[in-house]
Amino acid sequence: MSTKHGKKGDILLEMKDIRIDGFSDERWHKIIKGIDLTLHRGEVMGLIGESGAGKSTLGLASMGFTKPGCKITSGSVVFDGKDLVTASEDEKRSLWGTRIAYVAQSAAASFNPAHRLLNQTVEASLNQNLQSRDLAEADARDLYKQLQLPEPENIGDRYPHQVSGGQLQRMMTAMAMSPRPDLIIFDEPTTALDVTTQVEVLVAMRSIVEKFNTAALYITHDLAVVAQMADVIKVLRYGKEVEEADTRKMLKSPKEEYTKSLWSVRALEKAEAPSDDIILSINNVDAAYNGSLKVLHDVNIKIPRGRTVAVVGESGSGKSTTARVITGLLPPMVGNVEFNDGALPAELKDRTKDQLQRIQMIYQSADTAMNPRQTIAEIIGRPLEFYHGLSGLQKQERILELLKMIELDESFYDRFPSELSGGQKQRVCIARALAADPEIIICDEVTSALDQIVQEGILKLLLNLQKEYNITYLFITHDIAVVNAISDEIVVMYQGAVIEQGLKSEIMSPPHPEYTQLLLNSVPEMDPDWLTKLVKSR
Amino acid sequence: MHPILGTIIQRLLLGLVTLFFVSLIIFSSVEFLPGDFTQAILGQAATEDTVAAFRAELGLDKPAYIRYFDWIGAVAQGDLGYSFSGRSASGVDRSRAVVDLVAPRLGNTLFLAGMAAIVSVPLALVLGITAALYRNSFYDRSVNAVTLTTISFPEFFLAYLLILFFASLWPVFPSLANVNAETELIDRIYKCILPALTLTLVIVAHMMRMTRAAIINLLASPYIEMSQLKGLSKAKVIMRHALPNAWAPIATVIAFNLAYLVVGVVVVEVVFVYPGIGQLMVDAVTTRDIPVVQACALIFATTYILLNLTADIIGIVTNPRLLHPR
Repeated sequence: MSTKHGKKGDILLEMKDIRIDGFSDERWHKIIKGIDLTLHRGEVMGLIGESGAGKSTLGLASMGFTKPGCKITSGSVVFDGKDLVTASEDEKRSLWGTRIAYVAQSAAASFNPAHRLLNQTVEASLNQNLQSRDLAEADARDLYKQLQLPEPENIGDRYPHQVSGGQLQRMMTAMAMSPRPDLIIFDEPTTALDVTTQVEVLVAMRSIVEKFNTAALYITHDLAVVAQMADVIKVLRYGKEVEEADTRKMLKSPKEEYTKSLWSVRALEKAEAPSDDIILSINNVDAAYNGSLKVLHDVNIKIPRGRTVAVVGESGSGKSTTARVITGLLPPMVGNVEFNDGALPAELKDRTKDQLQRIQMIYQSADTAMNPRQTIAEIIGRPLEFYHGLSGLQKQERILELLKMIELDESFYDRFPSELSGGQKQRVCIARALAADPEIIICDEVTSALDQIVQEGILKLLLNLQKEYNITYLFITHDIAVVNAISDEIVVMYQGAVIEQGLKSEIMSPPHPEYTQLLLNSVPEMDPDWLTKLVKSR
Repeated sequence: MHPILGTIIQRLLLGLVTLFFVSLIIFSSVEFLPGDFTQAILGQAATEDTVAAFRAELGLDKPAYIRYFDWIGAVAQGDLGYSFSGRSASGVDRSRAVVDLVAPRLGNTLFLAGMAAIVSVPLALVLGITAALYRNSFYDRSVNAVTLTTISFPEFFLAYLLILFFASLWPVFPSLANVNAETELIDRIYKCILPALTLTLVIVAHMMRMTRAAIINLLASPYIEMSQLKGLSKAKVIMRHALPNAWAPIATVIAFNLAYLVVGVVVVEVVFVYPGIGQLMVDAVTTRDIPVVQACALIFATTYILLNLTADIIGIVTNPRLLHPR
């Protein structure tokens, strides 16, 4: 059996029947329930699963490390002949950072804001006296160059906040690679990045791992990404292994039902329906924060009634700012927003209750968008009182009706947000928006924080609600799969300007403007050769 | 110009504005003090004419706002005025300049504060850092318990305990800290040991606990986990990765406690009969010696503002986001 890197080497890491407990809510829970894992030298294994599957915990356990509040209860982790479960702290520390390195999800949070990047890059090597500072620094600069960081000679003199997210993520790969470890744990390294940035980081990470024949555990929830990176894929669920197979085999013919369901999510696609009945139009809007930093440049968007317009673009492209202009949170400098043929007052405080009621909003993080001390009934009931003056039995009935609409049963009525899962919370937020009887709902990255299967449920719910109540959505997202699933029309934004707007079929078919082309090309596909082809085509 | 310099100058100007408002508050609160210096000196039997003449001599007959501007104008030029005491209705003026009264007392207070600070700040930092390093250990618990105990006692009680043990039962230090201008440095230090120790016991707990909390607060950060996974020892993780990011809150609490050493030590001064500025102010309040009260209050306010300003500036220069903007 051959891998991307040629022949399989000896066994580097062997985990046997590993079990990990975590302490929360005053008791111990089983997080990992007996998993075996074998990794050979130079092999890349993808660990995939939804949040709570235990993939990060397992990844850290492969270093013999557990987060505070977690403990390995049984099993063994043998790295290059040494059992890390029974090893002393000193023994483990002598391996960490030098022979096993870790690349975390959020590079921005994982670099110490107080030190220059170069010092942090070489810190592990110097700590173990692997080489002199001069040599280590020269090598780090060389790594920066190989990872295609700009100004490789000087970029290390900067502080973490002085470089971009994608650069930081590559910087962290350089940091992990500096002592030339045998094994790198990549823990969702590209999840926080834009698709266009993600491609650059993936290319850089893959080539350097191949070059030094480093073994890796690649943890992610994104199948298309893992397909590019891994030789072998292991699927996890609820702290157990579902199945493991070679990447190509796994993609072609997954055995287990659960794996198949993971694969099918991305296939959701709405049939577009054109319409000329415009409910809301944004006309020639310029907007700026603090009156100085201009973020929107002459934005024009038309939203047809009862349809979904998806706004796509990377972070900083002005998607959310557009939403703030529509809702009146950020009055535009120039231009206006027309709603049902009348111009909306620019500022929130000048709008009538009726205008407020007809435009509702759902946010990315359902957690922070709900008051944790209010019950679900209070959360959904508030707009019923405010906009419709409902109270008592009438209000109660309407709340139950709304719960039914979002496919939650009556038992949720008295619960608190903390008792709900991420998907359920987002459903409650949808119900709260619906409670106002809006004509248009602005959805700002509402599925980005959710697992794929949960995402699918939310998207289907939103589609059903649209069919039944003729609601219009302005759907802000950076995820092209979500765009396919829900939109009729697409608006592509880049650096505060609209690149193009049109029906989904038009936007998705060539010829594309340059940026749209780049965006579409950057969306990873399930084909394991996608990244290779992309690199070649450049 | 570096943007930090701009910020610092801005803070300094803000400090001046604060000082101006504080001077207004000082002046008006002294106005509202019950009683009157002239009546206190002249007694109940004085005729209205003599009181009025004495008031005119002291300038107390002018409207309040004029007196305020007279005062603040003089202060701005470095003139704190003359004390009321030493004057009498007979017309003999033995009064002294406020500066001459305040300066030696302020010097004494700063000396004692300095002694307490030199011991307590490093001690609090070391205890705080080690407590964070070995958190939840026996050591951590003991340090916490001891410092909490000392901060829980009223300071005069601590002072008397120290006198009981170190001046009475085991007489190694003097119980009186009666220094004057001629006292030699060594003798001065020796006499100030017990009061300085009292102050140390009072302020160490607060600083130590804040240091510990500021560091522990950071230990959950991803970059701390990262530094552990780079194989650094616990001590390196804390010294190199946690501490540099914890200076801002630590500096704030140190500034707060240093200010207390200057402005809040009157009780300790009384117990050890130490001629500090706190006692001077209390005496001045009893005798309604308005220029001295105002001068002391202004010095206290300046101390607070300067120390907090310093803490702010430390917070800014230890924040790389502000020091090295994009």
